[in-house]
Amino acid sequence: MHEYSIVQALMSQVETEARKHGAVSVDRIELKIGELSGIEVDLLRTAFEVFRDRSICARAELEIEVVPAEWSCPTCRELLEAGARLQCPDCKQPARLLSGDEIVLQRIEMEAA
Amino acid sequence: MCETCGCGDPELVPIEIQESILAGNDRVAAHNREHFAGAGVLAINLMGSPGSGKTALLEATAAAWSGKVRLGAISGDLATSRDADRLKAAGIPSLSITTGSSCHLDAELVHKSLHDLDWRDLDLLVIENVGNLVCPAVYDLGQAVNVVALAVTEGEDKPLKYPVMFRKADLVLLTKTDLLPHLEVDVSVIEDGLARTMPTAAMIPVSAKTGEGMDDWLTWLEAQRKAVTGAGVSTKAAAG
Repeated sequence: MHEYSIVQALMSQVETEARKHGAVSVDRIELKIGELSGIEVDLLRTAFEVFRDRSICARAELEIEVVPAEWSCPTCRELLEAGARLQCPDCKQPARLLSGDEIVLQRIEMEAA
Repeated sequence: MCETCGCGDPELVPIEIQESILAGNDRVAAHNREHFAGAGVLAINLMGSPGSGKTALLEATAAAWSGKVRLGAISGDLATSRDADRLKAAGIPSLSITTGSSCHLDAELVHKSLHDLDWRDLDLLVIENVGNLVCPAVYDLGQAVNVVALAVTEGEDKPLKYPVMFRKADLVLLTKTDLLPHLEVDVSVIEDGLARTMPTAAMIPVSAKTGEGMDDWLTWLEAQRKAVTGAGVSTKAAAG
């Protein structure tokens, strides 16, 4: 259950930003989490509930955009079907992951003092 | 406080960040990677389930390379130093990182542990991660390559069940192949699963017990060492 470590890293990122901008509280946190990132969104939310108390994120809304995994051929740019072998059937090139491994803090909305 | 009309609503400030939540870990990992490359040490992140044969594989690797290549290890273990103790008994300079309740190693834990091991004298540093097919895949440690040990006893469906781990693998070692005659396991099903999770699927079947596949594994390691050091022959062992 590494989602606790992820939330701790997230909290420290958010707190750093809040201090930088002299915010009194954080209203909203927007994340992008890829399907192949190794992060379970439900567990991340659970961990967030545990850590938010008495933090600057106590009242923050957590919005998570889940990014599906997309593989494509680097040569012909063709997208691979989900679950397919990760080699372009035409070019025989190893597929490249276009998206789906993101663990990104996108935006924060905070209340200025 | 809204100063436009004095309505009393707080002023919301949106801040664009667009940064990985793991940026802090990745910075330390990059620092570790520079250290390893600068000292000509090949660092491997060895991952796999508990009981997949990681420690036995290292014991067999050390025995096969005795006197030729200097091998050292950092072992992440939840509660004991048993793995590190076993490796020390096999003549591998080792230290243990007891992670407590943490299910994975991270770059900071590895960085701290480097102060307690003469790792600069090594040709090959194996970071034996916590036994787990999920969490360790998420954290970069600064390794040059990821190797995943998968035992034939774990079932044919593991690559498809744990795609995050196998996507990160540069090599999969199919361990305990000496048990295949006693099992109803179809290795081609495992290979197919790897082809659907690893863009460049690479698998070596090995048995630490019979020595099967060990030559292929050592050849693979040697190629990785060349890539890191630009030399195939260890000069450190000769100097030591």
